[in-house]
Amino acid sequence: MDTSPPPFFNRGPAPLVRLAFFGLLAILLMVLDARFRYAEPLRQALVLAAYPLQRAALAPAQVAEGIIDYFTAKVQLEKENAALRARALQSAKDLVTLESLTAENAQLRRLADARERLPRSSTFAEIQYAGRDAFSRKVIVDKGASDGLLPGLAVIDDIGVVGQVTRVHPMLAEVTLITDKDHAIPVQVARNGLRAVAFGTGDGATLDLRFIAANADVQNGDTLVTSGIDGTYPPGLPVARVSRIERDAAYAFAKITCVPAAGTDRHRQVLVLSQDVNLAPQPAPAADAPTKSTKPRHSRTRRDG
Amino acid sequence: MAYQFEDRPQRILLPARGGFIAVTILVALVLNLLPWRDVTGLPDWTALALVFWCIHQPRKMGIGVAWALGIIMDAANGALLGQHALAYSVLTFASIAFSRRILWFPIWPQALHVFTLLFSCQLIMVLVRTLSGGSFPGLLWFSGSVLAALLWPVVTFIFLIPQRLPESIDETRPL
Repeated sequence: MDTSPPPFFNRGPAPLVRLAFFGLLAILLMVLDARFRYAEPLRQALVLAAYPLQRAALAPAQVAEGIIDYFTAKVQLEKENAALRARALQSAKDLVTLESLTAENAQLRRLADARERLPRSSTFAEIQYAGRDAFSRKVIVDKGASDGLLPGLAVIDDIGVVGQVTRVHPMLAEVTLITDKDHAIPVQVARNGLRAVAFGTGDGATLDLRFIAANADVQNGDTLVTSGIDGTYPPGLPVARVSRIERDAAYAFAKITCVPAAGTDRHRQVLVLSQDVNLAPQPAPAADAPTKSTKPRHSRTRRDG
Repeated sequence: MAYQFEDRPQRILLPARGGFIAVTILVALVLNLLPWRDVTGLPDWTALALVFWCIHQPRKMGIGVAWALGIIMDAANGALLGQHALAYSVLTFASIAFSRRILWFPIWPQALHVFTLLFSCQLIMVLVRTLSGGSFPGLLWFSGSVLAALLWPVVTFIFLIPQRLPESIDETRPL
């Protein structure tokens, strides 16, 4: 039985006051999160608290998947086996040429005294779920800081670039897909080496190639690969295919729409590439280099700028 | 045509248990965290459960709880921290403020009220996210509110089951 005194004496602050308090708290958090990134520790703690709930939510799906896998028809497996064998044969042929090409490439690089590109190590990760945030394109993968993931690592699948790790939690990591509105990736047109930057559009299926002159040599069906000049993505990975070009005489730039090569919203397994170890050193900031400070400072900055 | 409020038989319900409220909210949260993939336009189960308990038990549900649930939703989905918290706080406030009025209506007009509440909750999120640089999710996203409102009678039926059970089961009772 409820034996507390009548409610009209002890109801705490008025609802409007509470709303104002919690509303302001939320707005404060949003500003801290969006503008200053101060809210990351709180976010980490909350993700850790929600982790058991997420496991609970994912458990039925995983059990169902296991059962479906178990009952997969033998016929289907045989068919798949045959197809895979054919593909293996096909790729064996490619592999032979690839080996000789790799050897040749290595030799040429040595000849040119070029720094050999170190193979990157990679971490296999599985997409747990797509974030239920309708305003951005993100997926959550099942590897986190405990597996050595860092923010900024590139994520690929068997066809091309999927995205980039943007937040790392202890056991999970957040991957921003290349179709996200805030994501940009430096690319090259594979056919002629034209450099450009592909921006996500946020609709989940396309990318935009912005700031390309209307008369630039870009054709429908061109393949875009990573140029590698950002140091995040290794060069040469397929990113997208040009699907539509609108050239309007009223604008200086062409409107070029591309479709991502990788299954950004299809596959479950992805590879997280580790950071390139032999990056070119970052140029030292001008203010940080007063080694031989005989010259007046403003001349140095003018020369650097 | 006016509804005949006096003619409807009304059942006197048992008091709601705090434990059951907590369980339903937790289940709604887990439903929200299910791997929905890229399906847009699904109802926000947590918001629906919050609205239900705010309307039916305005004294047992508070803005603080809604805020905490919202912040968990934000963190788990990688959304802007505070986006759901703000929307849920306003949603809870409005639901509690309108709770006495809404319960006077039959079930479908109630659902219409719930749609308005959930839709304004989504509008707040759109406003917050587009202001902070997010992309507009498309009109299909708002169908979540419509679906949630259509589910209102079902939710009402399920959530009130424990309160409709007889308090003590009497074997010798004729009915």
